This record gives sequence, structure tokens and C-alpha cells, in this order.
Amino acid sequence: MFRYALRRVFAAIPTLLILIALAFFMIRAAPGGPFDTEKTLHPDIEAKIRAAYHLDEPLVQQLGRYLLGLSRGDFGPSFQYTDRTVTELIREGFPVSLQLGACAMLLALLVGVSAGSWAALRQNRASDHAVMAVSMTGISIPNFVVGPLLILVFAVHLNWLPAGGWPSGGLAERLPNMVMPVVALALPQVAYIARLTRGSMIEVLRSNFIRMARAQGLAPSTILLRHALKPGLLPVLSYLGPATAAVITGSVVIEQIFGVPGLGRHFVQGALNRDYTLVMGVVVFYGVLIILFNFLVDICYGFLDPRVRQRN
Amino acid sequence: MRLRSMITAAALAIAGCGGGGQEQSPVSYGPIGGETGTELAEVQVLHRGNGTEPQSLDPHRAEGVPSSNVLRDLFEGLVAEAPDGELIPGAAEAWEISEDGLTYTFTMRPDGRWSNGDLVTAYDFEYGLRRSVDPETLSRYSSVLAPIGNAREVIAGERPPEALGVEAVDERTLVIRLETPTPYLLGLLTHSSCYAVHRGVVEEHGSNWSRVETHVGNGAYSLKDWVVQSHIHIERNPHYWDDANTTLDEVYFYAIDNQDAELKRYRADELDITSIVPQKQLKWIRANMAEEFRVTPYLGTYYFGFNTTRPPFAGKPGLRRALSLAVNRDIIVNVVSGAGEPVAYGWVPPVRGYGQQEPEEAGWTQEQREAEARRLYAEAGYSADNPLKVQILYNTSDNHKRIAIALRSMWKEVLGMETTLANQEWKVFLETRKGKQETEVYRAGWIGDYEDAYTFAQLLESSNEQNDSGYDNPEYDALLAAASAEPDIARRAEYLQQAERLMLADQPILPLHFYVTKRMVKPWVSGYEGNIMDHIYARHLSILKH
Repeated sequence: MFRYALRRVFAAIPTLLILIALAFFMIRAAPGGPFDTEKTLHPDIEAKIRAAYHLDEPLVQQLGRYLLGLSRGDFGPSFQYTDRTVTELIREGFPVSLQLGACAMLLALLVGVSAGSWAALRQNRASDHAVMAVSMTGISIPNFVVGPLLILVFAVHLNWLPAGGWPSGGLAERLPNMVMPVVALALPQVAYIARLTRGSMIEVLRSNFIRMARAQGLAPSTILLRHALKPGLLPVLSYLGPATAAVITGSVVIEQIFGVPGLGRHFVQGALNRDYTLVMGVVVFYGVLIILFNFLVDICYGFLDPRVRQRN
Repeated sequence: MRLRSMITAAALAIAGCGGGGQEQSPVSYGPIGGETGTELAEVQVLHRGNGTEPQSLDPHRAEGVPSSNVLRDLFEGLVAEAPDGELIPGAAEAWEISEDGLTYTFTMRPDGRWSNGDLVTAYDFEYGLRRSVDPETLSRYSSVLAPIGNAREVIAGERPPEALGVEAVDERTLVIRLETPTPYLLGLLTHSSCYAVHRGVVEEHGSNWSRVETHVGNGAYSLKDWVVQSHIHIERNPHYWDDANTTLDEVYFYAIDNQDAELKRYRADELDITSIVPQKQLKWIRANMAEEFRVTPYLGTYYFGFNTTRPPFAGKPGLRRALSLAVNRDIIVNVVSGAGEPVAYGWVPPVRGYGQQEPEEAGWTQEQREAEARRLYAEAGYSADNPLKVQILYNTSDNHKRIAIALRSMWKEVLGMETTLANQEWKVFLETRKGKQETEVYRAGWIGDYEDAYTFAQLLESSNEQNDSGYDNPEYDALLAAASAEPDIARRAEYLQQAERLMLADQPILPLHFYVTKRMVKPWVSGYEGNIMDHIYARHLSILKH
């Protein structure tokens, strides 16, 4: 297992390097630069600013400089937010996205798996169709519709929850602000997970070992929880890797609608502002997380599925 | 639920116009300002929507409106502004201007203090202004200081910052020497590029000084907390010289780039002032929350430019004029953009000390304009069989798109032109527009940096980086140069007016309307007046009982 993990870590390095190089050249290939604004800078001043950020050097040298910094954990200064470094922006934004994302994924797992299993047990009955219809709606209604609707109902009209914002201070103060973004983030995930769970559960429930368990006279709940759930969750698990990485790095839509200072806004704002270092920072960070989560999923597979364990 | 919101809106409307009179609102709030209408709320905290995330809180490196809004409360220039925009003493209590208009002598307040308690002296401003033009500071705004002696050379790195025409004679006397008479200098001194910074703090912490832990300012408020992409929290600076007359204790500036989200947070009473209102909601707001909707003229012009360096518009002032005359600006401001902005035929918005120029067509009926447009169009050699084909380029935005569509249909209807629309993402658009290789007609807007006609006039100077139309008229350039060298304020204004008339006759641009600021202000916010620069100081505001 350890050797396997080590092999995976080494295999990730070239992937990351390719990702960095691609992102590095692509953002620089985009027309317009970080210092283009409505008010054009005097060429002398622009040249000085470009030199200060080493943008006057040949591209390869810039990439080399970037990689060198990266190896020391330095993502460079942000071109847009001149009072901060990219490392700081990620350090401040990620915990926020992580809190929201983790809560949303937990909620999604809890509701999604329960709803999916429940539907699988009642395959093709009215309740099954109802769950699937609701989850289909969850997948197809985009966040930017759900978010404002939630705000309109629960903040503007009912005044139960804050319409947005992220107060400084402890988790307790922030809890009311988290409810709606978490729900809005979780909804599409609930829907996906419910559908995945239902599909694989139906298959598992038809397999021989379950039939065997039934023949042995085990209680239906034992069959479901002890025998069917584990193999039934495998497809959900493969989905969870990349989905968790995506959700915990923030959603720009949710963050803009609810005024949440997460990482997601940096992806989009960074690209729009041509804040090269910020875009690179979030891309690298996201890349590392995706690789990490896929790796974790593979490890978990070993625990859930004896066949995988044996192969290893 | 709908009914409830309508009742709330009506209550707000009544409370707003009653100014806290007898009306008892049925939901949410009591009478604004209590019995007298001026009673203050116990909690003096203002929540303000502030658009996008401020880029920096170092006044010499900051750029953009959101940063300036916060900096205005954290710092104070030599000169400050009253709620109506009138210039009033700031960190300097008085000043004298020499007869030739070239030397300004400021007397500092004896009791001006930094937020760490240190005295604010003339030396601080000497240091601040030098730092602002020092190329090492990487200011993107240093060029606004060009009127100050030797500023251009210092910015270009040809002379040291000490060569700048600013000198602290003693702790309380600061002398600024100018290159040319600059009537807008006092207004310019309210700009963040002209603020002082605390030398000791800046030198100790380097470029990190402008963070929460180390930030020091001389304004009515000091920085308490800054969560990127969420909010900036400022609190009263007890050392501020006029703290006794400051009412608000704390202000939150929220970074909300989504206008709909901002309006919802305002409606949920989480914001007292918004930065803007969404164009699409104007109708609803006018119907439901009209009393809280505040529209103020703003120092800016929304226009379309013609690329005068390429066909079909190169050397064709008549054709450009035809296109301008064919546009019904009343429809644009009342129906398309919908905020009822003042229509523009001229270029410079109304500013103090300048006679606004309006070409003769401003007084014509739309029929007369269209008839003249058709005549000029035919004169330029176009007809129904040989229509002019142009492309309008704009940056991706719903509002710009609606206006471009309106222009297309007006040109089609009046002149029979064939217009195509093209949109580009902001930074791509900026590059294309600047390049002048592809553009024919392009969208643009200009917001003045200071209240003076020159900030608009210079845009069409042939050597200006920002002259995207490529307008090149030596006579125009000469008039601007004459205005810059002219010590007499009235004659200077006359040169600029003459230049504007000349330029408008050549029509390198098609002005559509002047800007307005549109925002929601809660009825309990007292002291909000709005001004053409849209400079709001928290120390002039207070929260009434509600």
C-alpha cells in the first residue's frame, strides 16, 4: 500500500507540471494584460510596473522564476490586490470555501444516499418516481436561480436568514449566513448522488449475494445497511473525489450571490482581471486537490471493495 | 408575501418623505428620527455596498472607485469636500494662492493627528506627495499630479522625488509650486494620490504597511478589519481633529459585485446604502421604492467613438455627424437605459467654472435632426442602394448591448444603414479599441478624475494614449496647450470651450448621455446629499432612530 501511494505521488508531478505550463501560457496568450484599464497608463509607467513584476522577461524565464517560487511555496504577489500575496489570498479564501463545501457535501451525502437507497428499494413505485423527479429538478435548476429564490423567500420576505455576507468572528455567528449557501451548493449534489446511489443499489440488490442473504432470512435493514450499502456506494465514491475537490474550492455563482469570500470568486475575477499569478495560484491549488482527492478515493475503494484489496 | 412586500415598500415610502413626521409605519420600522425627526439611533453603524473588491488601501497604489470610497474615510487630503461637493479645509485649515496662480501655500491644522496619535505635519504631505510620484511606488495614478512642478520628470525617473515642487517650510506650512496655473488643483488634492502617508509606518513595514495590523491614516476613521471579497470594517479614529462632530461609530464596506444580490441585501435591511442599482430593476424600484432611489448627476459621459483613422469614417466629419443626428437620445435615456440620464450632445458634463457646450442640434426637434442626418448621409455618397455598412464594438454587458441594438435600429430606420454588433470581453475589448486596427464604431465612457473640463478635453488630444478615435486636429491641440499655459481662469475656460466646439463640429465621438449615480439610500441615513464627484464621507452621515 505504501509503495502504491508513493508511486501515485511521483506520477502526479508530471501531471502538475503540464498543468502549470498550460495555465501559464494560456493566461498570457489571452488578449489584454493585467494593467489595461479604462484609463490607459503612460507607456513609461506601464513599463516600470511590468518590470517590477518581471513581465518584461522572456516567457521561459518567467516560468522558471514561477516554478522556483512555487517550490518554496510562494505563489507570488497578486497583480490586482497589491496589498496581498496570492498565498495569502488562497490561505484566507480556502477555509471559507472548505467550510461551506464540506457542509454541503455532508448534507448531500446524507440526503442523497438515503433518498437514493430508499428509491432503489421501491423501484418503479410512485415514491421512486417522486424522488427521481425531484432529483432531476435539482440537477436541472441552476444555482443562480435557486440562490436568489432562497434569498427572496427566506431573507427578504420572511426575514429568517441573512441575505448574504460573511461576518468575521466565530462559526456560531456565521451559522445563519451559511445555511442558504450550503443548501444551494448541496442541491445539485444531492440530486446526482441520489441518482447514482439508486442506480447502483438496484444492481446490487439484484445480485446473488443479496439473494443469498435474503434466503438466509436476514432482516431487510441488515441486508441493506451491512451488505448492500457498501458495494452500492462505489460509484458514488468515484464521483465524490472530483466533486468534493470542486465543491470545497468554491463556486463563483454561490459566492457572488451570497457575498461569501471564498476561493471561487478568485477563479473568475482573477481571469477577468488578468491577474496572472492569482489565476495560476488557484489553478495549481485546485489541480493538487483534484489529484489528492482522486488518490483518496482510490484508497477508500480498497476499504470498501474486497476485490480491489486483493488485486493490490 | 407579495402583499407584504408592497406594504413594506409603501411604509418605507411614507416614512421617507415624512422625514419622521406623524406616520406610523405598519411594519418593520417606527417613525424615522423619532418624535422630532432628528433623533439619532443608538447604534451608529453604517452598512454600505461598495461594488467590487477594493484593490488596495495604500492611497498611492490604489485604483478604482471602491478603493477610493474607503480611503476617503481613512485619510484626509489637504482639502476635503462638504456633502454637496463644495471644497472645504481638510488637513490644511487655510491656504493662499499667489497672484500668478503658480504657488499654493497651505497652513496645516495645529490639531491634526494620525490614527496612532502622532501629529499630522506639512512634512507628512511633502513625503506623501513625493512618494506618490516616485516611480518606485508603482502608482498607476501618478500622472494626475503632472501640474505640480517637475512631476513629469520625477514620474519618468529623470529626476529624484525630492525635485518635486512641494516643500514643507516648517511643521505647519506647505508650499506647492505648479508648472502651469491649474484651477482644479484644490479639487485634485481631495484625490487619494495626494494624501499623506505616515512616514514612520511606511518605512518600517514597506509595501505591507497598508494591511489591517499596521494601517495608519489621518482620516475620521481607522481600519479595523479587512476580509477580501467580503467586507472592510472601519471605526472612528478618536485622534481625528473633528471627532467631536463625527456621529457614525463604524462603517462596513461590503464587496458585492453582483448588483441583484446587493439590492436583495438592501431589501433585507442588511445594507443602508447601495453602490448602484441593477438597470433591469429600475422599473420595479420606481414603482415600489421610489423614495429611497437617489439619482445624482455624475461627472462622466457615455459615448460611442468613431475610428477616424480608417474607412469609412476617416476624413468624413459629415458622415459622422449624420450618424450622431440620427440617434434619438431621449429614447436611449428614457426607454433603453431607463434611468433618465441627462442627454448629451456635447462632451464635457456640467462642471463648475466652465460654460457647457451644446451644438445647435441640441435645440432642434428630432425630425429636424433626422432630415439633416439624411442629407449628410446622401452627401457622403450613401443611399438605399449603397448603404453604409458598419460594425459597433462594445464590451460584453447587457446595458451596452441594449444601447447598441437601439443605435442599430435607429440608423436602419433613419438612414437605411446596415449595422452589425460585436461584443468582446472587457480586456480584449480594451486592446482592440486601443489598437484602432479593427474598430469602426466603439462604445466608451469617461469619468473625470477631478472636476474640471480639462480631464475630458485631454482625451481627444492627438498625443493622448486614450484617444481611441485617433482624432488628430493641430488646432485642437494648440487650444489645449494655450489653455494649459493660461493664468487667467476665465480665458483658460474660453480656450477649452473653443476647443470643445471645434471638436464637436468634427464629431470624432457621438456623446449619448451624461452619467448619473443611481443608488438606494435608507430613509434613516441622514446627511446624504450626493454630488457630481460621488464623494461620500462617512463623517457627514448619521443613522436616525427607526
